[in-house]
Amino acid sequence: MVSPHRATHKRETPMPFLELQNLQKTYPDGTRAVRGIDLAVDEGEFIVLLGPSGCGKTTTLRMIAGLEDPTDGQIVLGNRNVTHLPPSQRDVGFVFQFYALYPHMTAKKNIAFPLENIGTSPSDIDATIDRVARALGIEALLDQYPRQLSGGDQQRVSLARAMVRTPDVYLMDEPLGTLDAEHRLELRAFIRRQQLALSTTAIYVTHDQEEAMSLADRMVVMEGGKIKQTGSPPEIYNHPADLFVANFVGSPGMNLIDGQIVQHEDGLAFTRLGANVHIPIHLRVAPPRAILGIRPEFIRPANRGVPGKVVLGEYLGSHAYVHVDTPLGELVMHAPDRFAIGESIHLRLDEGRVCLFDPDTGMALARSAGMKDVKLYGRSISQN
Amino acid sequence: MRGWRWLVIVPYFLLATLPLCWLFLTSLKTQEAAISSTASLIPTTDENIAPGGLKFSATGDAYRKLATPHTGKAHAFFHYLFNSVIIGLLSALASVVLGTGCAYGFSRFRIAGTRDWLFFIFSTRFLPPLAVVVPVLMMYRLFDLPNTHLGLILLYTAFNLSLAVWLMKGFIDEIPRAYEEAALVDGYSPFQAFYKIILPHSATGMAVTAVFCLISAWNEYGFALALNNAEAVTVPVYFAGLQGNIQGIPWPQIAAGVLIFVVPIAVFTVLVRKHLLRGVTFGTIKQ
Repeated sequence: MVSPHRATHKRETPMPFLELQNLQKTYPDGTRAVRGIDLAVDEGEFIVLLGPSGCGKTTTLRMIAGLEDPTDGQIVLGNRNVTHLPPSQRDVGFVFQFYALYPHMTAKKNIAFPLENIGTSPSDIDATIDRVARALGIEALLDQYPRQLSGGDQQRVSLARAMVRTPDVYLMDEPLGTLDAEHRLELRAFIRRQQLALSTTAIYVTHDQEEAMSLADRMVVMEGGKIKQTGSPPEIYNHPADLFVANFVGSPGMNLIDGQIVQHEDGLAFTRLGANVHIPIHLRVAPPRAILGIRPEFIRPANRGVPGKVVLGEYLGSHAYVHVDTPLGELVMHAPDRFAIGESIHLRLDEGRVCLFDPDTGMALARSAGMKDVKLYGRSISQN
Repeated sequence: MRGWRWLVIVPYFLLATLPLCWLFLTSLKTQEAAISSTASLIPTTDENIAPGGLKFSATGDAYRKLATPHTGKAHAFFHYLFNSVIIGLLSALASVVLGTGCAYGFSRFRIAGTRDWLFFIFSTRFLPPLAVVVPVLMMYRLFDLPNTHLGLILLYTAFNLSLAVWLMKGFIDEIPRAYEEAALVDGYSPFQAFYKIILPHSATGMAVTAVFCLISAWNEYGFALALNNAEAVTVPVYFAGLQGNIQGIPWPQIAAGVLIFVVPIAVFTVLVRKHLLRGVTFGTIKQ
């Protein structure tokens, strides 16, 4: 129907290192987990698959690893068609959400395991383990069994196991999902540093949009077994391709207002029936109805503008999210400080940062006005 | 609270071990003291105690006699014990090996009609095994299997296999697939993943299954009796055959033999009790 937005990412090599072509997975019970995915990944790129649970991101990752057999489509890794190769012949490193360390082996044995059947000499194995253990700060833990380690340490060991072989690609399935906040931030930074240092291609699956944005060279937002949007974190954040991405990415998500587009003064403007508020939009043509999206940080308190009343404040230390009841509906504003509940204020919406969506298809109408490369998305926009 | 617990445990322990204690006492008696109508309970080293008192003179004769063939029997007790050991261990081993392989298949692969197959396997335990004694006997005659160790090993393996499959499937189902998947992406073949990862983790289940299969084979009487009269006679059949013996039933020897017969099972069970209780953690994957 509507093709998802393809990123205009600059490619350094003509051939992608990893390519998924119309990848599909239908489980025997009829569940269509992945419904045709096309993705080209450059060597050394850090790709994050982001989406809610059940969106097919993990299935996609497992197909790349060879742990699931695709129903249709192709996987090309380093010029080899690996679509139906067993995992052992793909040279991938996999980090599992629940660590999956072998409980009957010490941390050291766990890390050595991938090296043991490829003919690495014992002294080379020891040297490699030393190097990786030092990088991960787990030298002291090598003789312990997984059950003796904390979750964070177990995941370090599991990262070490995935890294000893220096595989073609790291595949990581929500590796930080079960860790506490402190370890999560620490390991997140570590993973990115390590990946940059080795410049190994990585595919990382998460449902945490903040994690995705902080790690990714390029994000792939998925829903219902399909790619919704591919792009760099700022691209995804500022120019979501549809309502789903607008809502899913960002915390809190985008403010979304259902309204009309009317002729106002010398141009088009967005308004809502009964609300005497007009937000100029920099489009020459637009449909009569639209959904306006604006991120909380592009709404500011001002002396004049949209009038409103504070209904709720979420104070977070460095800033606050203030919920304001306005004629346009309830808007969440990113404010530098707190406001008293019940206070009457005025809001200024940054017109340049507004996104518009087609209420029928949910697709973005155009990049927010004010951008140099104004593009039209999806169906052609009718003039009336 | 602790005190109350002992109040239950101590009387139950005494009650449960009373038969064993009685066997032990009997095994130390002479034939006369063993069949005396008054119970003698206290063994002494004094050799000249008249029958009928609370004390009796203990002797190791019954144990010594186990080494020589009893009147009317071809072999000594230990010959039959050896039969039981061979048949019990080999059939338990076969059940565990076959059961583990079968259970792994049902646990990890998509097999058409898995549920039906598993139900069929389970259903082989619905009838008491002796219901098929006549056809088994006829088939065995065809293949010259009566009076062989192999015959009983095959039979016990066949009867225990369904239990082994079900027990092992339960254990293997509990081993997270992620372990095998980790081994696969670490460069190992599915078979390597099975014996390097699954087998070590199945040890608990295999020990439990082995105990159950061994006990079942150890105690089996009906087929052992029906299929043997000479070569592969097991201990239960041997003791039963001492009834109607021309010299009367040699109770002290039977008591001594039964103790020896029970001890291996008791030791085996105690050795794997930790596994029997599933005390070993199933690893560190959070479920």
